[in-house]
Amino acid sequence: MKSAKNAKKGKELLFISVIGKDKKGIVATISNHLYKNGINIEDINQKVMEGYFVMTMVVDAKDSKKSLEKIREELEEVGKKMNVMVSIRHENIFKMMHRI
Amino acid sequence: MTISLEEVYETSSMFLHDNLDIRTVTLGINLKGCIDSDFQKFRNKVYKKIFLNGRKLIAEAKKVEVKYGVPIVNKRISVTPISLIMETHCTKQKYLQMALTLDRAAKDSGIDFIGGFGAFVQKGMTESDAVLVEALPEVLSRTDRICSFINAGSNVSGLNLDAVNLIAEMLKKTSKKTKNGIGCAKFVVFVNAPEDNPFMAGAFHGIGEPDFSLNIGISGPGVVRSVIEKNKDCDLTGLSELVKRTVFKITRAGELVGRELAENINVPFGVTDISLAPTTRPGDSVAKTIEAFGIERIGAHGSTLALALLIDAVKKGGAMASSSVGGLSGTFIPISEDLGMIEAVQKGALSLDKLEAFTAVCSVGLDMFAVPGSTSAETIAAIIGDELSIGIMNNKTTAVRIIPVNGKKPGQLVEFGGLLGTAPVMKVSKFSSAKFMRRGGRMPAPITSMRN
Repeated sequence: MKSAKNAKKGKELLFISVIGKDKKGIVATISNHLYKNGINIEDINQKVMEGYFVMTMVVDAKDSKKSLEKIREELEEVGKKMNVMVSIRHENIFKMMHRI
Repeated sequence: MTISLEEVYETSSMFLHDNLDIRTVTLGINLKGCIDSDFQKFRNKVYKKIFLNGRKLIAEAKKVEVKYGVPIVNKRISVTPISLIMETHCTKQKYLQMALTLDRAAKDSGIDFIGGFGAFVQKGMTESDAVLVEALPEVLSRTDRICSFINAGSNVSGLNLDAVNLIAEMLKKTSKKTKNGIGCAKFVVFVNAPEDNPFMAGAFHGIGEPDFSLNIGISGPGVVRSVIEKNKDCDLTGLSELVKRTVFKITRAGELVGRELAENINVPFGVTDISLAPTTRPGDSVAKTIEAFGIERIGAHGSTLALALLIDAVKKGGAMASSSVGGLSGTFIPISEDLGMIEAVQKGALSLDKLEAFTAVCSVGLDMFAVPGSTSAETIAAIIGDELSIGIMNNKTTAVRIIPVNGKKPGQLVEFGGLLGTAPVMKVSKFSSAKFMRRGGRMPAPITSMRN
């Protein structure tokens, strides 16, 4: 990933969340897309919550040549085709919101 | 540190389902350094400073939006109160020219609104302040992005009723010059105006501020409503706790975005304003949040209590999340910008009197409401005077954004469009306070201001 001005070198962890109705191939499709873009999956979790299929992935995008904006656009597009909502956020927002 | 799936889901669903967003990032800019005896040079310097910084704000805000997946709805600029920098150029014509310059700089750089076209007159008016008020009908009708304010009182100075009377006349003129009186939607009269408020129409870059300051307004009435709706059996203490926890989280998100944006554009971070601000989108309503407490329609008895509980919990959660809470940090209850408020007025649940009572417990004041165009200037001044006295006596900020609409009667709807929404025209008292208003002068500061 082309790092932001103040990004520190090394790992830049991002959280991908996928929310929608469960169906076959969600994990495979997203993982495959990430693999093709040089994005490494560090952790993966899934569960059904409030009636939604929820999957989160922690990924490291430091080896990706694409900008975060491009990565996000493409992931949203992949999500649309499967009728699920895909979003990607830098880990810091979760740390700020959920840890004191 | 690991973040659980539940936590990721909670955050994502705040953005996806509950319309959480950063309502505004507002860059405060000191314009005092632009003052020049050559008015053309003065305007050029103002234009350049606003255009360059505005463009930078927009470019960097976009990057932060992408990084955190947080929508930033408005990008705005606030400037030094204009009457201060126009002291040596105070003619009506020059005020208008300066307004056109500011408007053009905002449009060219892509800034939504530019605030600060105003003055402090709580103890009296300078010549420049008076010319500014005189120029306002022209300024507000000939520009699109300029927002104006007047601070007409404070708890240490009392209330300048002469200024309030002038403002009421000015609003009547502005209303006549603009379609549906929309020019009045860009003007707010304050008491105890905060110097670092990021929200329009009242944002300005106060004289105690550094050269630049980035202030952020975060808003999530939908997130708060959602958590209240999910906990139907909770008592008031429990509700307060839930709201506190939720607001803590959204304030932290705002603080992160604000601080990073300030660092990226290399300006000091100012404040996080923790106000709950509605928009006309369904689900973004403060009124509906109050109704989620178990009130049939906002305006019913019990609404003031619910609002008091809500805003107190918002402040407690916000104060824990950020050491830089500032601005207005209250609950916004504009009529036209909140679907639930509009409905409540139309159903007869909410009157101007009850709205005034709300403002005694939440900040901000009587906001974005329409009255018949036939309302006299004295009655408009009296409505403003009533509201501002609540602020003065209670040591808090309050404000009025009133829109007289020509040819409209109570109950009729007025469409402002876009973010400004739709306002049902509200009934005002048919009894006169004209003789009282015409006394003029200044209401002395209350005894509670003597604290030394």
